[in-house]
Amino acid sequence: MYDFGYHRPDTAADAASLLTKNGEAKVVAGGMTLIPTLKQRLAQPSDLVDLGGAADLKGIKIEGGGITIGAMTTHAEVARSGDVQKTILALAVLAGGIGDPQVRNRGTIGGSVANSDPGADYPAAVLGLGAKIRTNKREIAADNFFKGMFETALQDGEIITAIHFPKPEKAGYCKHPNPASRYAIVGVLVAKTASGVRVAVTGAGPCAFRSKELEVALGGSFSADAAKGAKIKSDGLNNDLHATAAYRAHLVSVMAARAVAAAG
Amino acid sequence: MLTVSMTVNGIAVSADVEARTLLVQFLREKLGLTGTHIGCDTSQCGACVVHLNGKSVKSCTTLAVQANGAAVTTIEGLAAADGTLHPMQEAFRDNHGLQCGFCTPGMVMSAIDLAQSHADLSEAEIREGLEGNMCRCTGYHNIVKAVKAGAQAMTAAMRR
Ligand SMILES: Cc1cc2nc3c(=O)[nH]c(=O)nc-3n(C[C@H](O)[C@H](O)[C@H](O)COP(=O)(O)OP(=O)(O)OC[C@H]3O[C@@H](n4cnc5c(N)ncnc54)[C@H](O)[C@@H]3O)c2cc1C
Ligand code: FES
Ligand code: FES
Repeated sequence: MYDFGYHRPDTAADAASLLTKNGEAKVVAGGMTLIPTLKQRLAQPSDLVDLGGAADLKGIKIEGGGITIGAMTTHAEVARSGDVQKTILALAVLAGGIGDPQVRNRGTIGGSVANSDPGADYPAAVLGLGAKIRTNKREIAADNFFKGMFETALQDGEIITAIHFPKPEKAGYCKHPNPASRYAIVGVLVAKTASGVRVAVTGAGPCAFRSKELEVALGGSFSADAAKGAKIKSDGLNNDLHATAAYRAHLVSVMAARAVAAAG
Repeated sequence: MLTVSMTVNGIAVSADVEARTLLVQFLREKLGLTGTHIGCDTSQCGACVVHLNGKSVKSCTTLAVQANGAAVTTIEGLAAADGTLHPMQEAFRDNHGLQCGFCTPGMVMSAIDLAQSHADLSEAEIREGLEGNMCRCTGYHNIVKAVKAGAQAMTAAMRR
């Protein structure tokens, strides 16, 4: 690991100004992705701005019937939260299935969403539930946020402060995990909302995406059979040592069917 | 260099470190607490698990500076001053929950966090709760038995 300067500001605003002052600085949240990246010398930030001391980035609250989760809230906190469980159970289930207990004790929702790993779980929930990503500068709709592999709409120096999830009528999440890392080979979040059915897929493409085929099928009938009947094209899906594109396409409808069943 | 201060196994410690120093390096190299192992150094194996403010974390994926001001417990901090083992350590011994012992410190630290956060652990919960800890020797069977017994002994000790 190359060495770097280290800062631990008390607020998100101080963190933002440290980023502006140090052009080559990066924020560190749980460090579960960033520290391994630094060890491999795949990144060389001049400074790390640790968000761990910013109390205003932590916490879960019910807001407008939905739920707002501070960027520095850990996966374990989301999984255990009674408010999340009673408002959007699928979100608690998703958080409780990330990696392992030690990853969940450190890893944060902000870090996961900012990172846009192709196999990460949270992006499926953010996109599938039509969440709003709040930053120190603006609010970004989920549909405009994920741009590609490790690529999002965030600009240099922009910090996610919280994510707001509106409450769906029903939602479910199911993934086929990589047996070693638990990242999703394919994960699907299905949601029935006042404005229609939303289906988001992670693991199968360069970043989370919505599936038109499944949204149409489930819009007709929100049932496991409708999900199983949807034909998913394998064009452009990930093809690697873990799974072929054709297998992933098959898994998308299977995971969607299980997610619908879980949504009740 | 940055100065970090924390409580390790109940004792206040302070040292100058580089920002890039990992918590596991701090514990092993600065404090000589070599019970915390480095198996993979890639966040996968759990040999390096310690408690940070009571929660199990991988100390190979935590910077020492991120633990500034925190309370850290390592495997060395579990037994009583007279050498009496922690109930979870005793259960690993009684149930033959180790062979070479390399994974054991991390297993025990993860198991204690698991037992503290769940009442009445089932076998499935134990296997899932040890997802982040790998063992190349035992085949896990006796580890699961040990964790079950250790968790029960911890509950019994609390009732007393
Ligand atoms: C063994 C292992 C297994 C895992 N399994 C899974 C899994 O099954 N599913 C899954 O989804 N993930 C998995 N992960 C990843 C884990 O969820 C990470 O916690 C997460 O991807 C990154 O979150 P973090 O808080 O650790 O972020 P960090 O590693 O600290 O940061 C990641 C990136 O995001 C940026 N960043 C962090 N916070 C913010 C913010 N608030 N605003 C803007 N940018 C920010 C950082 O600069 C960095 O570039 C696994 C990780 C490990 C080590
Ligand atoms: S050494 Fe930390 S997880 Fe393997
Ligand atoms: S006892 Fe040898 S690795 Fe677990």
